[in-house]
Amino acid sequence: MNDLPELYSTFVRIGCVTFGGGYAMLPILERELVDKRQWTNMDELRDYFSIGQCTPGIIALNVSTFIGQKRAGIRGALAATTGFLTGPVILILIIAAFLTNFADNPLVQHAFAGIRVCVCVLIIQAIMRLWNKSVVDTFTLILYLIIFAMNAFSSILPVRIPAAGLVILAGIAGVTASVIKERRHSQDKGGAAA
Amino acid sequence: MIRTLLQLIFEFAKTGLFSVGGGLATLPFLYEMSDKTGWFTHADIADMIAISESTPGAIGINMSTYAGYKTAGVAGGILASLALAAPSFVIILIIAKFLEKFRNNRYVEGAFYGLRPASIAMITAACINVAKVAVIDLDLFRTTGLFSDLIIWKALVLGVCLFLALKYTKLSPVILIAVSAVVGIIFRF
Repeated sequence: MNDLPELYSTFVRIGCVTFGGGYAMLPILERELVDKRQWTNMDELRDYFSIGQCTPGIIALNVSTFIGQKRAGIRGALAATTGFLTGPVILILIIAAFLTNFADNPLVQHAFAGIRVCVCVLIIQAIMRLWNKSVVDTFTLILYLIIFAMNAFSSILPVRIPAAGLVILAGIAGVTASVIKERRHSQDKGGAAA
Repeated sequence: MIRTLLQLIFEFAKTGLFSVGGGLATLPFLYEMSDKTGWFTHADIADMIAISESTPGAIGINMSTYAGYKTAGVAGGILASLALAAPSFVIILIIAKFLEKFRNNRYVEGAFYGLRPASIAMITAACINVAKVAVIDLDLFRTTGLFSDLIIWKALVLGVCLFLALKYTKLSPVILIAVSAVVGIIFRF
């Protein structure tokens, strides 16, 4: 198990250079894990990403857990995941300590007021990027509008469903809709054959 | 103190368990947490998104560290981050055992047919929350009653410029954030 220190330190390094999380991490993982160390290959990496994306939690952490597990079992998974966390956690602790001391400074306040506008634009752009893959037909469009309304106007609605409840409802709706779709599809086929 | 730490762990573990679809998917939970616990404000969340875009690591991790630190110091920051990571850690370990079956399961696929639009629907709602602190001035509107006072016009102009810059150039978000900070200072946002 002398893999563990190397696993940990590799993921500390990856965690320190991954800006923005998610797919931004793919080229870095490719270089560190596929080219340099041959711990995995590109196909496996892509699989990890697609699964990491459709399981709860942070994609980057999910991928780290996967690779660590494959390399050295549960202990490997632990080494890789905590390794990935190490850099960002230390850095944010430093920034948080700074911010709590300088938050009242007018210059800092003006700067962050400007930055918030930029954040808004970055989120809009992320939504536009995700739109085509998520809202693919009438069902998904309606679901989008319902969930949006229930989340955005939760304060004025008579029943307030927390975000976790909305996630569960959307999952159930998705399974139901796809089962109905499949059944209708096979019925159509049966009808055509007869 | 112990109670606060336990509450931190519970809230962030819940966030880690239910946020599907990457970084921004944690936002609805963070807004809910802000309303419920008062650990951080809506403006804090917007600031943290900017800090996350300009530092390594995913927004969820950064926010848990920040909120944990604000409520319970360094130990809080570390514990909240570990709590966020814990649920998915366990889930991935289980999935890794039967990878192929999971990927090709029609129920899993079906669930994501619904989860994907739900995820961006809640991100859209979160975006409105950010806009509320960034480009809308409800307080001024309430006192003057003028619709022109509802929108912070210089912020809107900056937003449109940033949007176009992001669309037509390959400038990285970090640079745009730095530019916005400078504009914010010069024009006294």
